[in-house]
Amino acid sequence: MDKKKEISSVGIIKPKTVDIKETLKLDCGKVLDGFKLIYETYGELNPEKNNAILICHALSGDHHAAGYHSKDDKKPGWWDSCIGPGKPFDTNKFFVVSLNNLGGCRGSSGPNSQNEKTGKEYGPDFPIVTVKDWVNSQKMLADFLEIDCWACVVGGSLGGMQALQWAISYPKKIKNSIIVAAAAKLSAQNIAFNEVARQAIITDPDFHDGRYNDFGVIPKRGLSIARMLGHITYLSDDSMRQKFGRDLREGKLHFGYDVDFQVESYLRYQAQAFVERFDANTYLLMTKALDYFDPANEYKGDLSLAFEKTDAKFLVVSFTSDWRFSSSKSHEIVKSLVKAKKNVSYAEIEANQGHDAFLMPIPDYLNVLSNFMDNLEGLENYG
Amino acid sequence: MDRKDFKFISGWIEKDSTVLDLGCGDSTLLNFLRKNKNVKGYGFEKDIKKVQESISKNISVIQADFNSGLEKYFDKNFFDYAVMTQALQENKNPDKIIIEMLRVAKEGIVTFPNMGFWKNRLQLGLLGKMPMSDSLPNNWFDTPNIHLCTFKDFEKLCDDLNITIIEKMVLNSNYESNKLLSLFPNLFGEIALYRFCKK
Repeated sequence: MDKKKEISSVGIIKPKTVDIKETLKLDCGKVLDGFKLIYETYGELNPEKNNAILICHALSGDHHAAGYHSKDDKKPGWWDSCIGPGKPFDTNKFFVVSLNNLGGCRGSSGPNSQNEKTGKEYGPDFPIVTVKDWVNSQKMLADFLEIDCWACVVGGSLGGMQALQWAISYPKKIKNSIIVAAAAKLSAQNIAFNEVARQAIITDPDFHDGRYNDFGVIPKRGLSIARMLGHITYLSDDSMRQKFGRDLREGKLHFGYDVDFQVESYLRYQAQAFVERFDANTYLLMTKALDYFDPANEYKGDLSLAFEKTDAKFLVVSFTSDWRFSSSKSHEIVKSLVKAKKNVSYAEIEANQGHDAFLMPIPDYLNVLSNFMDNLEGLENYG
Repeated sequence: MDRKDFKFISGWIEKDSTVLDLGCGDSTLLNFLRKNKNVKGYGFEKDIKKVQESISKNISVIQADFNSGLEKYFDKNFFDYAVMTQALQENKNPDKIIIEMLRVAKEGIVTFPNMGFWKNRLQLGLLGKMPMSDSLPNNWFDTPNIHLCTFKDFEKLCDDLNITIIEKMVLNSNYESNKLLSLFPNLFGEIALYRFCKK
């Protein structure tokens, strides 16, 4: 980073849960009579309450974006490289809020939480929520935290879609929006990947129409395959070649169908770890939220019209080797923002890590974020 | 640091207009135009370091190579002006970029070095060497300038492309004008500024 800042961690963090009593009307027509959201906060809200940043997570992310839950944690939160003292989302300056989205499986109301009406787990009966629904639920969280207007809403991938939707749903409640490695709508290829993932889960004999917990099983095989497929699409050919090449795990071929190559071993390990922490119904729900996202649809297909009411400033970022959410998807967003005469900057970061690059501490990327954060719209002083 | 040609460019630009700066660098010009003419500006720049500097100046900047076209980002007639300072000669297809400038903007403004400057002619004509000067400081093998031209060449191209030159300014390498320059611009001018539009 250009300026010499003391960089450190937010330290040990304790998640909080809010019980929202309001009714949330969902895109699918169903209604949630209250729901829980689990979230973490880093830094302090200033007296003017104008220094709050909302972090939106991607498909498999959660509220634990920075710091550690205990001294024994091996890994920090998923975006620790960007959140903390001296980092792009500098907790010395900003009050950072990160939540687990509705429908998630890490503590917010979702398929694996209890339906208070029936006293049973929601399971597959949890309604499918959309990006728009998420933004509405996040608005309720903002109200609870007494944040009238976000200094910035930021997210990568599916999180970027939420940062984009915020400017559309609540144009005056957001001063800046950072949209990383995202798209204004998925391509057919992207939906196709999601469909294969869903089919893997749904056709697993242990799926039991989503009621697997009643049977004391989880659709491990299906969820593993879904994760493996997803994981491949988050990496680039280049990064896989660099990481694994054709390296053999035991130095020889086995002429069987068990693991020969390192890449196979890696994928199985990743899938195994994922199955242990993630709920299959949530995975299905998240992929649908991705597929359904198309905010221009309500504006005769013209995304620029969707941005008309906002005065927010935008930063759009993509990565050269990302083929799951390629740069051309970001170009579409930028074009619409320019057409709507919004303040928008766009950086296409040279990176070989594929879609996963948005989680990596790539210096050019972190500098772009830092420089943008140092010049936020409507935040001349922080009180 | 403000470059002197920026003041001349600023003089050609109306208040409150929209400006696209192709190859905006660290956005010194856009920053200058924002302060002095209250323009709404967008920069186009391929170097990430310069993009970062532009973001620090709170300028809207798009990281892209304009050789790959502008249609990905801008609709036609979106801008009042498309400006390109000292970058025309670095383009793969200067003719196409000029056409593209007048697709997205009502007027184009370019500045570029004059290959027909007498010292350049002397170096090539008499010494048999590729010219190097204050406005052309690089060797033939490491120069970014792949399509150098003279003022005459540029004006001929504009004519061929049905483009009207609204105004031009011929300067020496210190961005000054004098009588000699106005009498024999293609021989004594080192840098030119052109403002043009479709016929």
